[in-house]
Amino acid sequence: MAEKVIMLGNEAIARGAYEAGVKVSSAYPGTPSTEISEYLVQYKEDVYEEWAPNEKVAAEVAVGASISGVRAMACMKHVGLNVAADPLYSVSYMGVNGGLVLVVADDPGLYSSQNEQDTRMVARAAQIPVIEPSDSAEAKDFFKTAFELSEKYDRPFIFRTTTRLAHSQGLVELKEREEVEDKPYKKQIQKNVMMPGNAKLRHIEIEKRNLELAEAANTLSINKVEMNDTKIGVITSGIPYQYVKEALPQASVLKLGMVNPLPRKLIEEFAAKVETLYIVEELDPVIEEQVKAWGIQAIGKEIFTVQGEYSANMLRKGILKEELVLEQPAAAPGRPPILCPGCPHRSAFYVLKKLNMHAAGDIGCYTLGAVPPLGVIDTTMCMGSSISTLHGMEKAKGKEYIKNWVAVIGDSTFLHTGINSLMNMVYNKATGTVMILDNSTTGMTGHQDHAATGKTLQGDITYAIDIAGLCRAMGIKNVVEVNVFDLTLLEKTIKEEVAKDEVSVIITKSPCVLLDKSKKPLYVAHEEKCKKCGMCMKPGCPAMTKNADGTIHIDDTMCTGCGLCESLCKFGAIELVKAGE
Amino acid sequence: MAAKNIMIVGVGGQGTLLTSRILGGLTIAGGYDVKLSEVHGMAQRGGSVVTFVRYGEKVAEPIVEEGQADVIIAFERLEALRYAHFLKKDGVLIINDWRIDPMPVVIGVAEYPQGIIEKLEKEHKVYKVNATEESKKLGNPKVFNLIVLGVAAQHMDFTKEQWYDVIEKTVPPKTIEINKKAFDVGYHL
Repeated sequence: MAEKVIMLGNEAIARGAYEAGVKVSSAYPGTPSTEISEYLVQYKEDVYEEWAPNEKVAAEVAVGASISGVRAMACMKHVGLNVAADPLYSVSYMGVNGGLVLVVADDPGLYSSQNEQDTRMVARAAQIPVIEPSDSAEAKDFFKTAFELSEKYDRPFIFRTTTRLAHSQGLVELKEREEVEDKPYKKQIQKNVMMPGNAKLRHIEIEKRNLELAEAANTLSINKVEMNDTKIGVITSGIPYQYVKEALPQASVLKLGMVNPLPRKLIEEFAAKVETLYIVEELDPVIEEQVKAWGIQAIGKEIFTVQGEYSANMLRKGILKEELVLEQPAAAPGRPPILCPGCPHRSAFYVLKKLNMHAAGDIGCYTLGAVPPLGVIDTTMCMGSSISTLHGMEKAKGKEYIKNWVAVIGDSTFLHTGINSLMNMVYNKATGTVMILDNSTTGMTGHQDHAATGKTLQGDITYAIDIAGLCRAMGIKNVVEVNVFDLTLLEKTIKEEVAKDEVSVIITKSPCVLLDKSKKPLYVAHEEKCKKCGMCMKPGCPAMTKNADGTIHIDDTMCTGCGLCESLCKFGAIELVKAGE
Repeated sequence: MAAKNIMIVGVGGQGTLLTSRILGGLTIAGGYDVKLSEVHGMAQRGGSVVTFVRYGEKVAEPIVEEGQADVIIAFERLEALRYAHFLKKDGVLIINDWRIDPMPVVIGVAEYPQGIIEKLEKEHKVYKVNATEESKKLGNPKVFNLIVLGVAAQHMDFTKEQWYDVIEKTVPPKTIEINKKAFDVGYHL
């Protein structure tokens, strides 16, 4: 018997890529898709994988590899697909040479995202077929199917996952890598040069291919009917299938492995066999609206939500009308995510707060600078938007208006799309100040390298783009690098740069505290010297708590010895007791 | 057998992932079907995190739902309180008797509830251990989670050798000895 191992959904996709004979993968990190690329590294002898600066680049790299004749993939989260929308809509017309699959991870429940969009909607708009697995085993096997279908029907595919699939583990049966012969390259400008005359013809062609694929979907093995009791019939796909099996083991189920295009005949036949048809899909009513448009009676979002994750209990209540007697959760104060103890961002936000500044924020750990007690960030929308948002404010209200504003962006996000916005500031004579909080990594997603870290995804040493030099090359005269823990200098620098009537970039350079695995220094608070002034508590370090008498306690299991609290204490009550190693 | 449902709850950064992976490895070694569900991303930055481990002959959904947990392993008191309603009537709650203030408490807009363990003891079968203090005695406060697992192991159907074996396979090689030692502390408490 083949070896069975337990794998995270994302790990299983990486394994699927390996077994499918994929040769090139490009990605930008984004929860919950990140680990696919990290797990792929173990196959680097056979599969080339890289971090791209953003998802548009990643998708285009994969397209290029496909045109050259190999199986290729790109990985991203749902909002990353928006960044890659430009190539997506056009590669849909072009089709593929080697199989091409974009893995796109949705986040129902918003565990780590700025919105809850449904990739299936985007895929329908771009006329891209979508395959969706429901556990780790399928994540691996369906991934291979996606490549086979991609090549057979000359269509790029989206492989859609959700957080629960991506970050759940289940058993997977390992197979050997299939060595797929490269497709010969043929120059085909009608197919690969999307100028109007060619694109018009390709549009006709892909409409035809999609109809063929929709027809084939009726007999695809990944669209599976499980006939059982016919009182209740359910059409479902992905993780919700598991909730259906858990809550309604007696029901008949049509489980869709391909969720775009839909198998009309199969659905009509299934619907005719069951008394009441339910459609169980998280997020948008993508399957439901099409099924209903075909005149089939079904119940879906009338009883289920378009928000968050589903559960078996939700189906027990909604479909079986079970009255579940559940214990009420106890009243407990919330525990929102926070910047880690020793995080260099805390120091930057502390100084901005002291100066009564507003910040246009961006996507990363530093988004947490929006919440108390720091509360510095006023806006966060999407990758790279901090800089352009600040610019828009200036153009609307004038340069005096933004004298108490900065844009705050991380190093990885700056390289992702912030750089375009900065170019716009220079070009259009802005005067704003941009703070690049450079922690030498892509932090929130779990520490991935990027173009300025000097290391590739495969672990090779490479040229590290000099962010300060890049800003200067754009024509920015005021580029200042500051140690983020030097509070006095940082304060002085921000005041000076904001006052200037030119674009300024302040780069605060200090590595993410989680990157440094050495033994950290430790501080203690001396109760007898503590004047209970509360200064050290202002930055909101989670390692610090107040004792009952108002003095301060530092949790020695959490302190990382950044020294921020010590530099804020005027009474010498906080002391370094153990140096780092 | 019906699927067994285990939850590990704690504060992001406390090592719930490692612990759930040890449990996952253990159940596979026992020949079961198994599914685990984890939390990555933003919540891992000091937020409330929960991971699920389900094992049995055949497991469908990867999450444990309210009222269905056989065992909850809580790495912190407030998190034990937050998730206690997931327990079955006869479920077991293992609590690391340790307090980490969430930011609303740190900045004084909320109070850390008093008497959590006493309250939970009235309603559930509770085993508490101050694993963080115990782990400091071992010289590495990070291995507290193995001490808690050691306590949990007393209430689960796996042999000590099976635990050792999976610990060896799961933790970083340099930390095998200290992690096994920590497990022993909990196992014999």
